[in-house]
Amino acid sequence: MKTITFPHGIHPPEYKEPTAEKRIEIMAPPEKVFIPLHQHFGAPAEPLVKKGDEVYLGQKIGEAKALFSAPVHASVSGKVLAVDGYNHPLGKPILAVTIANDGQDRLFPDLQGTKDAFSLNPDEIRQKVKEAGIVGLGGAAFPTTVKLSPPKGKTIDTIIINGCECEPILTSDYRLMLEYPEDILKGTELVRIATGAKRIIVGIEDNKKKAFGLLQEKIQDYTGEVVLLKTKYPQGAEKNLIYAALRREVPRGGLPFDVGVVVQNVGTAKAIWDAVSKGKPLYERALTVSGNGIKEPKNLLVRIGTPFQNVVDFCGGFEESVNILVMGGPMMGLSQWTSDVPVIKGTSGILAWTAPDPSVEYTCIRCGRCIDNCPMRLVPTQLMKYVRFDHLSEAENCGIQDCVECGCCQYTCPANIPLVHWIRLGKNQIMSLKRRKSAL
Amino acid sequence: MTNKTYILQSSPHFKDKDSVPKIMYVVILSLMPSFLTSVYFFRFRAIALFISCIGACLATEALFLWLRKKPKHSLLDGSAVITGLLLAMTLPPSLSLDRAVIGAVAAIAIGKQVFGGLGHNIFNPALVGRAFLQTAFPVAMTTWLPPAMLKVNTVTFATPLDNLKFQDAVAQGTLTSLKDLFLGNVGGCLGETSALALLLGAIYLFYKRAIDWRIPVGIICALTVFTGIFWLANPDKYASPLFHILAGGLLIGAFFMATDMVTSPITPLGSWLYALGIGIMVGLTRLFGGYPEGVMYSILFMNTFVPLLNRYTRSRILGERREK
Repeated sequence: MKTITFPHGIHPPEYKEPTAEKRIEIMAPPEKVFIPLHQHFGAPAEPLVKKGDEVYLGQKIGEAKALFSAPVHASVSGKVLAVDGYNHPLGKPILAVTIANDGQDRLFPDLQGTKDAFSLNPDEIRQKVKEAGIVGLGGAAFPTTVKLSPPKGKTIDTIIINGCECEPILTSDYRLMLEYPEDILKGTELVRIATGAKRIIVGIEDNKKKAFGLLQEKIQDYTGEVVLLKTKYPQGAEKNLIYAALRREVPRGGLPFDVGVVVQNVGTAKAIWDAVSKGKPLYERALTVSGNGIKEPKNLLVRIGTPFQNVVDFCGGFEESVNILVMGGPMMGLSQWTSDVPVIKGTSGILAWTAPDPSVEYTCIRCGRCIDNCPMRLVPTQLMKYVRFDHLSEAENCGIQDCVECGCCQYTCPANIPLVHWIRLGKNQIMSLKRRKSAL
Repeated sequence: MTNKTYILQSSPHFKDKDSVPKIMYVVILSLMPSFLTSVYFFRFRAIALFISCIGACLATEALFLWLRKKPKHSLLDGSAVITGLLLAMTLPPSLSLDRAVIGAVAAIAIGKQVFGGLGHNIFNPALVGRAFLQTAFPVAMTTWLPPAMLKVNTVTFATPLDNLKFQDAVAQGTLTSLKDLFLGNVGGCLGETSALALLLGAIYLFYKRAIDWRIPVGIICALTVFTGIFWLANPDKYASPLFHILAGGLLIGAFFMATDMVTSPITPLGSWLYALGIGIMVGLTRLFGGYPEGVMYSILFMNTFVPLLNRYTRSRILGERREK
């Protein structure tokens, strides 16, 4: 069958077998949840509860005041034990609401679904999506309402549903496509209505043929198609997916809006359907627990705020020799120093394995592999050198801000240079220089 | 609550299995056919030259690493061995061993370590060593031995390109046959004589994707077109492009010298321009220059342009719009 893709990129080992054929299991909520008020791109939510309050499951406990923000909801019913700083997957303590689970799962009574969801107007859909605290579930956790509100003057013609799951090991999106294909398509239809787009494209890589076949069958009722993409990393990166599916290039520094496209992850599409039709806020998500450091790898539906340790215990626990714990995929995930961090909305996976001793770093021999593999067509080794020697304006001229940090360069670097780390450092330095300048 | 802590590291957490030493050892392996044919053709002379060049390169590298307090693992990355191998392959078999050692020291010291070691040098180290010898001992560097099995009782022996340049071989009809050139049954530097052995190594390099294919392809195409025009215009005076490709150091230069990662461009367009420059320079030197051969200086000359090429041939970033 004909497949399409984007230029460059890599093909790391997939390691999806341990969980690919396992149904998404529901994990019982733990005794205590720690729900950070900042789980998304943008400003943190502001707490609505205080110590001692009784909360319901699905009750809003953090309010989004800024445009780029998302509200946060209780993922269990029970008593608020603390509103305080707590370990966060981003690495430093962040304000979180600790709730003692009363085990009743008493649902917040005000939550209301809509029987005929497709008759809602775009504003109503956006309002419901915002109230449900939905953010992009692919990992970046960008507030979905913003993505559903194209700026004036931009017409959206196509919705792309991202079913690539190009990160190795992760399989939860694949399972969602197999187990909830209708919900995903219905959620997509809502996105289409909200943005005024004409058609839907679902992009699935050819290592997930089963999901492709299933969705192709179900999409007959909608205006759209399912496209088969050649398995390659980072296919699921927004700009690369848009190029692969439509041959459109998002301008530098621009957004998919600029080429008339909105991209949503399959998990997000399902969450949108649940929010609008059932009134269900985003208080749980599907994720993959895997890696050779996990005794029984699984796909799970987990309440937000559940500590990683509880999730891993549910999967048989860690192997003895584990020394790496990662939230997300192995290519772009964040490594964790402790298992005492909560699952947040952007947690697409919890991976653990035993890493070998770090390899020796050599100097760059200019082999050019980073350039051959960069999906953004940058020159990572040159960017690294500019940052290393403080030529930040040169780095900016050469497109350091266009880097999506996918890690293809570093994956293939024979000299073991932490290229992505240098580029990230450079980006941060450029941003802080700019902030300082604008503050003057 | 657990007290166990994990390693914090920056993503990506996966890494393929390739490394700098692995690439270097692929290059060394790819040079083995040429190594063996040169031993076959030049016997003990070849072995002695290889040992002295590689030994001197390693010793110089070790000395500099020690002086500059650099980690020792750099010594075993294979790069100094390659420099020694390549240098020996570009030497005339009759060169005395002390001179070969001087060339090897110059290659590593002047060609590589003064710039900061592996990855920082501008010029191909082996060619710097050879250029040094060519300037220091011009006679010794152009005195050739016949291959061992020819059983010719002469001390000196002309290379095919010498014949072409100084004996007017095309007009005289004494041009070396393509078959001899291909197999290597001719006079010349240790490793450059057998086109067959070099091509075997090159196929392995391509298979392992250890070199940028654009560079050899570009050089050969540029030289073919350049010498082809003159050959078509006057086949009684000029040699055919195929002769030029197989003769002298063109193949070893195109596949093993010009493709040195450190001293060749990193952008695709840059590689094409660099290869084009080398091909034309070689053609110019051979047809109109004072020397019979010009591969070494052509590559060294184009090496100087690499930083500029890298700078001005950057690929278009995804989504970038350039003013026309």
